[in-house]
Amino acid sequence: MRLITAIIKPFKLEAVKEAFQAIGIDGMTVSEASGYGRQRGHVEVYRGAEYTVDLVPKVRIEILADESDVDRVVDAIVGAARTEKIGDGKVWVTPVERVVRVRTGEQGHDAI
Amino acid sequence: MESINAADTAWLMVCSALVLLMTPGLAMLYGGMVRAKSALNMVLMSFAALAVVTITWIMLGYSLAFGASTWGLVGDLREIGLVDMLDQTYGVEGHKVPMVVFVMFQLTFAVLTTALLSGAIADRAKFGSWVLFTIVWSLVVYAPIAHWAWGFQGGQGGWIGDRLGALDFAGGTVVEINSGASALALALVLGRRIGFRRDPMRPHSLPLVMLGAGLLWFGWLGFNPGSALAADGTAAVALINTQISGAGAILAWLLFEKIRDGKATTFGAASGAIAGLVAITPACGFVTPLGALAIGIAAGLVCAWAVGLKYRLGFDDSLDVVGVHGVGGIVGMLGIGVFAATVANAAGANGLVFGGGFGLLGKQTIAVLGTMVFAFSMTWVIATIIDKTIGFRVDPEDEIAGVDTTQHAESAYDYAGVSGGSVLGAHPVSGQR
Repeated sequence: MRLITAIIKPFKLEAVKEAFQAIGIDGMTVSEASGYGRQRGHVEVYRGAEYTVDLVPKVRIEILADESDVDRVVDAIVGAARTEKIGDGKVWVTPVERVVRVRTGEQGHDAI
Repeated sequence: MESINAADTAWLMVCSALVLLMTPGLAMLYGGMVRAKSALNMVLMSFAALAVVTITWIMLGYSLAFGASTWGLVGDLREIGLVDMLDQTYGVEGHKVPMVVFVMFQLTFAVLTTALLSGAIADRAKFGSWVLFTIVWSLVVYAPIAHWAWGFQGGQGGWIGDRLGALDFAGGTVVEINSGASALALALVLGRRIGFRRDPMRPHSLPLVMLGAGLLWFGWLGFNPGSALAADGTAAVALINTQISGAGAILAWLLFEKIRDGKATTFGAASGAIAGLVAITPACGFVTPLGALAIGIAAGLVCAWAVGLKYRLGFDDSLDVVGVHGVGGIVGMLGIGVFAATVANAAGANGLVFGGGFGLLGKQTIAVLGTMVFAFSMTWVIATIIDKTIGFRVDPEDEIAGVDTTQHAESAYDYAGVSGGSVLGAHPVSGQR
């Protein structure tokens, strides 16, 4: 059992969703995030005063998957979210100890 | 009541409503310019001025401004509380209006001018101290300057308008330079916001700023033409000139930004509009349409440059009352000395380019300086006394947390999507958890 977390550009969310559908993944959790990496922020000017805005809006995707599916999911995200420009984001995978479906109480693989 | 002019009366009643709307408009403009954590406080400072100055004006302010003059400096106390005024009229023969209509029209100017000052002390003022300040300032600073410029009593009235003969149609001194110089004093007494020149203090809602600018423009079409105090040809000249100057200043400001910063901005358009409307305020009834265009373009360029001064000189006039109203007012007052033309208004004068020489420009300069010195020093004294006694500035923790929650126990926006718009754990009425 793995948790795959991805930080991507907000406008790439639709492309990632379509990529998931193409490989039969039907479920994910999406949240709005902000942050910066090597690309840093951008400059805005108000009445001539320049402000560096460090935090860039991003979307965070979280998805639970069996170990055997992890590579397909990660490839789908990376393939769909890539623009080859700075600020495309990151994907990482972490081990998950236990998963329970709230409605039925099913555990592990059945809960995904 | 002796015979009144119905057209003039109707026009001034409408203008009163137009100008009154400028204060809520200013509240939107200022509210959008600050960060979300102080949006309500900014709005409320304007609405508080609306309420307070309405009362101070009818109780005492009107009398100090338009009562019989003492040495051209201030009116007397005979009109206190508008007692015995309901059957009186105001105006020259043929243009008489009920006195209380004139009182109301002038009241809306006093309200707006007082509200303008709040822009200098955004994010950091104690609300109660602001209310106290508006009471004192509207009587001690605004009313005398209104008397100076507009207390016409056959040469025995206010020193700027009636004795010196400087021209101020709708408030270049009374409203604009007065608010600019007073705002500078307020900003200096309260000091800089925590994080000034370090933290980004972006306007939290530019659409709100644009709405406010639009409402101000709408109201200005009563503010300036209404100052003719008659529905006549001079009001018409003021109307078209106001429109022209606002438009010219928008384009000038945007061009200035494009050249200096690389991009034309919405905030620049709002600022340019206001700068142009400010500058034409004293001049609108005395210049030709092309003169108005010149004044508008000049105001757009000069004010776009002037709003940067606070960063270089280190005073935190947070929303640029000095840079827009003070500087724009000076551009307009001096612009009269250059562009005034008797073809626009036979009761006016000729400025430099219409063969009037430097005489008018000199009078305009004296009016500007007199207003600046009095407004700055008196405001500095009032604000300092309030600051040394009850305190004018909130505690640093409260300032960082935001004056909306710490001064008013409210927040402007509820983005609590998780709880569907209600704050988790809080219950109405009892507040029990």
